[in-house]
Amino acid sequence: MINLAQLFHRTPLQPNVSERTFNLMCLTTAFVLAVHAPHVPWSLTIAFALGLALRWWQRKHRPGKVSGWIKVPMLLILVAAVIAQYGNVFGREPGSALAAGLLVLKLTESESSRDVRVGAAFACFLLMAALLFGQSLVATVVVGLGLLPALSTWRSLEPTQITSTLPRQLLPAVVLLAVSLPLAATAFLLVPRLSSPLWGTSGQQAARSGLSDEMSPSDFTQILSDDSPAMRVTFDGAPPPNHLRYFRAFVLWNYDGENWTRADRPEVASLPIETTGAVNYRINLEPTHQRVLPTLDVPMQAPAQSHMRSDGEVFAEKPVDDVMDYGLRSAVNYRLEGNIDADVRTMALQLPSGFDPRSHQLAAELRKRYGNNDVAIINAVLSLFHNGGFRYTLGPAPLGRNAIDDFLFNTHEGFCEHYASSFTVLMRAAGIPARVVTGYQGGYWNAMGAYLLVRNSDAHAWSEVWLPGRGWIRVDPTAAVQPQRINLGAQDAGGDQLAWYRSEWVESIRNHWDIVNRWWDKGVIGFDAMRQRGLLTPFGIRDADTGILERLLGVGIAFFGAVGLLWALWRRPEGDPALAAMRALERKLARAGVIRGRSEGPRNYLRRAIRSLPGQRTELDHLMRCYIELRYATVEPHPESLRAFRQAVRNFQPHRVV
Amino acid sequence: MRAPFQRLQRWAERRLPSLTRHRKQEQLPVILHRRRIYIVPTGFGVAFTALLMVMLTGSLNYANNAALLLTCVLGAATSISMLIAFRTLNGLRIHGLRAGYATAGNPIDVTFDFQATRLRQAVRLDIADSMHAFDVTGRTDVTVSLPTEQRGWLAIPRFRIWTTWPMGLFRAWSWSNPEYAVLVWPRPEFSGPAPAQPVEDNRRQRLHRGEDLAALRDYRSGDSMRHVAWKASARHDMLLVKDYEQPEARQEWRLDWRDLRGLDDESRISRLARWLGEAQAQGRQYSLWLPTEVITISSGSAHYARCMTALALMP
Repeated sequence: MINLAQLFHRTPLQPNVSERTFNLMCLTTAFVLAVHAPHVPWSLTIAFALGLALRWWQRKHRPGKVSGWIKVPMLLILVAAVIAQYGNVFGREPGSALAAGLLVLKLTESESSRDVRVGAAFACFLLMAALLFGQSLVATVVVGLGLLPALSTWRSLEPTQITSTLPRQLLPAVVLLAVSLPLAATAFLLVPRLSSPLWGTSGQQAARSGLSDEMSPSDFTQILSDDSPAMRVTFDGAPPPNHLRYFRAFVLWNYDGENWTRADRPEVASLPIETTGAVNYRINLEPTHQRVLPTLDVPMQAPAQSHMRSDGEVFAEKPVDDVMDYGLRSAVNYRLEGNIDADVRTMALQLPSGFDPRSHQLAAELRKRYGNNDVAIINAVLSLFHNGGFRYTLGPAPLGRNAIDDFLFNTHEGFCEHYASSFTVLMRAAGIPARVVTGYQGGYWNAMGAYLLVRNSDAHAWSEVWLPGRGWIRVDPTAAVQPQRINLGAQDAGGDQLAWYRSEWVESIRNHWDIVNRWWDKGVIGFDAMRQRGLLTPFGIRDADTGILERLLGVGIAFFGAVGLLWALWRRPEGDPALAAMRALERKLARAGVIRGRSEGPRNYLRRAIRSLPGQRTELDHLMRCYIELRYATVEPHPESLRAFRQAVRNFQPHRVV
Repeated sequence: MRAPFQRLQRWAERRLPSLTRHRKQEQLPVILHRRRIYIVPTGFGVAFTALLMVMLTGSLNYANNAALLLTCVLGAATSISMLIAFRTLNGLRIHGLRAGYATAGNPIDVTFDFQATRLRQAVRLDIADSMHAFDVTGRTDVTVSLPTEQRGWLAIPRFRIWTTWPMGLFRAWSWSNPEYAVLVWPRPEFSGPAPAQPVEDNRRQRLHRGEDLAALRDYRSGDSMRHVAWKASARHDMLLVKDYEQPEARQEWRLDWRDLRGLDDESRISRLARWLGEAQAQGRQYSLWLPTEVITISSGSAHYARCMTALALMP
């Protein structure tokens, strides 16, 4: 049987790397594993952590090198595990998983200072790579903290290090990073951003969350339980009241019995709209990796680098892969499209054949009962939702093939999507043109930051019906069932799912914390090439191009270099403060013509000065006695008398006697 | 590998003195002024800078500002570490040197007296193929061992003070070449005859009389009449006897250069050195007669050092 201990013990112990250094290296690796944990599969993370712990234990109790007979198979297992998990080793996710594993393996050969240095540098790279998966404030701070053990590892490799506690070892790195911040901030502001990437950045997270351009039963449950911010809105003036905060993203026209999909309507410059009230606002949109730009109610015009379609959808030219900021003007009291074409009308009345017979029957009955009165039909359906035993829930019972029928006549429970969908179907069946609109509704008004925070969980779906002479009118059937949904927000409305962590004070902390996040998103993450170009606007430079930025960067670095050099060259005044004060006095007297001889004692010298400057006899006499006492009376001069002497020297001004 | 490199170095020093940055001999105290401190990135520093460039390109390409900020912080920390490395050496003062004693062939201890107003960490000293690492706070003594080959003055070789503090990314160094030499004593011969000295009794007595007395004591029967202190006794009503502190147990040695005819100078020196060592070890009294100098009879380590120094300085 192979003795395992022998395998570990091939070479006798020669600790080039102290235990402290190795522990710091292990801590660095643990940080790397932690920041990569969110996107590396749990099985791999746990395996890496186990490997790290095992190696730490092994070095502590059975120090020595690890044999190649262990290292090589472990490397093969690592590669195999990554391939088994992802299919290949290229790309962001498999690459980072492989790299994290390699770092753990690197620990098995960290027995020389060179290996440790390389390992810590690799760890720095991996820490940065973790930010490619998400650059939230928390992630960045954690990654920044991960730099501390890495820098301390390098530091601990230097000779003559005394052992101390972990915080004491990390403290110098904290100071170093803190001191680096001004220079780093300057570089961050001025390093010219690339206007287009050097190589492909595709393969970004495909459909993480956010609204989808179609509406199917499963989509919304996912997004409604996603608490991450979707966008932040600032208004010129007061924000609109909660019941008007409808942010339109997609307009869905086509229904196939299961899914609602959008129709590519033609692009328009503006909509045929008559308005009496408009709101100006800016939206700071989190990355969605889609092109759609949510807008409040009905936008008057598309923002820059985007276009609007005739149903009010706004699309950017490129997918929103980074935080995007855009300004808009929207109508709130309006008459939209007083007349519609025949083909639009056909689209708005389209229904799949062979689905939901009972709903069709109900619509026909309503039409028969109320005749030409479309408004009465709408109100009848809304009151049906209100009084018909319908319930708002985020976890409704599954629906069958005739989804609308099932919902209206059997389950009676669902959320916005079900209500909007069935309402629209009923309207169309009754001959009223209607469409589904998805987007966001509500949001949290952050009074401290004066902005409206809209979370992904504020996603909503509602209907728009077209009435002759009045145009498209928004009808929110969910409000009929659950008015709180509109007034409070989706989470409060889904009462039965309310968990302890959704309690009020936690929410309040979360909402305040969002201010910090917003600042981070706006100030740091959203600082793109365009914002950088506008950086110098206050100084009269409208469009700072790369050349200007580079020159400024050079100036900034030179400035900090000069400050650093001054610091590096500054020498603490050496020696005796009393002697230094005496030198100052000598300089003053020399200007008055009394130069101290090379071997002249202080007493003789000052007596000579008194003879040369008889007008200042008392002052000089006092100075002399003070100095003699300071220098020769006691071993350690009294700080009080020292201060008095220095003060007297400072006040002394020789008057030249002619 | 090393020898050709050293030859190249010597050639470069001769031909390109400004490039090699080696210092001429200088007076103590040596203060490392900023003009004589050089700094370059270490190999690891270069590699890490390349890694920073990769990180910068990556974060710019993915328009990832958080990663860019992190890279900038690391870059700034790197450049500050360069200043820290410089600051570790700037103003460092070699106040003085002290040498111990060693015979040729044995390493001699030389103590450097470093001074600094603030703490300098991980300072290293390269001298004569050995490396020493130390911190300097206030006054710090650093003792190094230098190999010796022959007796006489040994000039302190040129040495380098350097550091890679704080992170091993940059290496700052300064050459120094103080004008200071240490004296190496001659190497005693391994074995040889003992000093054959027919020392006459009267000379011994004469030498004794020249010595100070330890005390006077009462006469006891059996005391030699020679030891009676007559003058002192005349003032007292009894006989007083001069008491020598230690009766001479061993012969004293007269080590004379002229007794060693038939040997060459170095052999004479090394034989005398051996005799001196033996005499010192046996606690004898001895005198050393050299053509250049005569050291009268005495004993103790100061006497030994004086004799060995005289031997070491023999032409």
